[in-house]
Amino acid sequence: MSTAATKKPRLTTSAMIASIASEGQRTIAAPFGKALVTLAEQRPEIVGLTADLAKYTDLHLFGQAFPERFFQMGMAEQLLMAAAGGMAKEGFMPFATTYAVFGTRRAFDFVHQVIAEENLNVKLCCALPGLTTGYGPSHQAAEDLALVRAIPGMTVIDPCDALDIEQAVPAIAAHNGPVYMRLLRGNVPLLLDEYDYKFELGKAKLLRGGNDVLLISSGIMTMRSLEVANALAADQVDVAVLHVPTIKPLDTATILAEASRSGRLVVVAENHTTVGGLGEAVATALLTAGVSPQFRQIALPDAFLDAGALPTLHDRYGISTDAMTQTIKTWLA
Amino acid sequence: MNTPSDTGLQAKLAEHAYRIRRFALRMGEVQGQGYVGQALGYADVLAVAYCHAMQLRPDDPQWEGRDRFLLSHGHYAIAFYAALIEAGIIPEDELDTYGSDDSRLPMSGMATYTPGMEISGGSLGQGLPIAVGMALGLRLKGNPAFVYNSMSDGELDEGSTWEAAMGAAHHGLGNLICLVDINNQQADGPSSKVMGFEPLADKWASFGWHVQRVDGNDLSAVIAAFDTARALTEAKPRVILFDTLMGKGVPFLEAREKNHFIRVDPPEWQQALDILDHAQGAAR
Ligand SMILES: Cc1ncc(C[n+]2csc(CCOP(=O)(O)OP(=O)(O)O)c2C)c(N)n1
Ligand SMILES: [Mg+2]
Repeated sequence: MSTAATKKPRLTTSAMIASIASEGQRTIAAPFGKALVTLAEQRPEIVGLTADLAKYTDLHLFGQAFPERFFQMGMAEQLLMAAAGGMAKEGFMPFATTYAVFGTRRAFDFVHQVIAEENLNVKLCCALPGLTTGYGPSHQAAEDLALVRAIPGMTVIDPCDALDIEQAVPAIAAHNGPVYMRLLRGNVPLLLDEYDYKFELGKAKLLRGGNDVLLISSGIMTMRSLEVANALAADQVDVAVLHVPTIKPLDTATILAEASRSGRLVVVAENHTTVGGLGEAVATALLTAGVSPQFRQIALPDAFLDAGALPTLHDRYGISTDAMTQTIKTWLA
Repeated sequence: MNTPSDTGLQAKLAEHAYRIRRFALRMGEVQGQGYVGQALGYADVLAVAYCHAMQLRPDDPQWEGRDRFLLSHGHYAIAFYAALIEAGIIPEDELDTYGSDDSRLPMSGMATYTPGMEISGGSLGQGLPIAVGMALGLRLKGNPAFVYNSMSDGELDEGSTWEAAMGAAHHGLGNLICLVDINNQQADGPSSKVMGFEPLADKWASFGWHVQRVDGNDLSAVIAAFDTARALTEAKPRVILFDTLMGKGVPFLEAREKNHFIRVDPPEWQQALDILDHAQGAAR
């Protein structure tokens, strides 16, 4: 007797690696791995280290291209970070990969003390950022940005798509000092090529103008924000989208200039908890400068998140395109 | 030489292990993929733990006198739920919800979701240090229960495992039994290639543990190892290192290229169940 055929229809299911691409969206495979291989051909000081997650962070491509510059540290994230720091002290530029939860929560003191305190040239590239897996809190890095933002001298990057990643890799290598980059791996959406956009470290970029709402976002939430802007355009709501791929240092000048335009609802949308991420960073910048527009935050709740299928969870926590659109409509009503 | 009663016990546990494998495959079918190779490989160990060695009350999973079983390797939840079903702690009809929205059986094990799940594992390398604390707590309360920490060979890479190994020996935790599934598999490939850990028995022994290393798919050896670990009177922690074969019991999965997370084609689930049924039928 076979089970599936005779029983009630399947409930939505959750795998570890779920796609964040919208339906029908163009994607590029392994943009990080490919960009790193290209860059490493010119920069012999680049080395790759991972903690048993090369295949799951696209670093395996680097390992195949440069086996003698690839170091498997085993599933030992503290070793990963401290050894990356050690190699940086000997003049190398380590790219260290793991999942965001383990690179931040498990190895935090090693990142803080070994890498950041000496301003070592280590690039932490961490997959499954924010809520991008249905595995529950053990794998959901809802607070990764809050943790790394709190480290002095840490540059923090939250790329939106394959193009952002491809351009961010050489840019973070050109910057001397520790960088935390949220990594999108596998088949990564491609959309920013449709805009007049180029990644520049430390710069926020206006992707589209609009008179009613200013959406300020980073990472995959910029992809969602652009979809929301399209959806709301149908209702004659004019939405501007400001993409902030560098969370730290924050491009305060651009944010203030946009948020100062009167009459617009300012909404910060982030794939992160309400605590300590882009929303709070923007709010602080605005208040400090005496700019006080109507302000709202779309973010994950300050709670341990559920396990389940990613689309279900994005709806539940209000960061899916539909949920965001509805929420903003309510705020405008 | 097996005595007749040994043979009877072994046959009984073989039946339990067969049913655990079956439940795990049926959960795998719900998702079409998963940690099925691990579940088949570890089923014999779980059968002996849950159907022979451990003190538990299926209708009262929180019973104070229970032996604690910590699933440090949270991704083995599929195997563990199968054992909980076999032990009567969760109902069989729930397995259809495995890994689905709002199920009590999420893909990675969590204490807040599932009766009988003592910890939220999954951030690997946390079980053994938690087990040290629980073993200290039980001893302080005068509670004679054992703490079993179940872990994967990948978790041997984590420093926290060895911090706990040293702590358990230092505190003479004779009520702590660590079970390690040595399937020679991690996310990036064979454990021996990812991070070599041999000679493993010597390592644990030098940390002050009582060590046994057995074939984790040889039921008589597994039973004997559990019995020995429990019967020891020495005030030192015990570890049992189980060498297991991923996919055990389903030859086409045993032979498949080893992978941490496998996809199984729709018709193969039924083929796998048929193979188990046939083999068990013949054994009876
Ligand atoms: C602290 C931590 N680091 C990394 C991971 C990601 N991860 C999940 S399973 C796994 C492989 C670990 O080896 P093992 O458990 O022996 O793998 P298996 O035998 O199940 O293939 C890794 C690296 C994790 N869950 N926890
Ligand atoms: Mg393993």
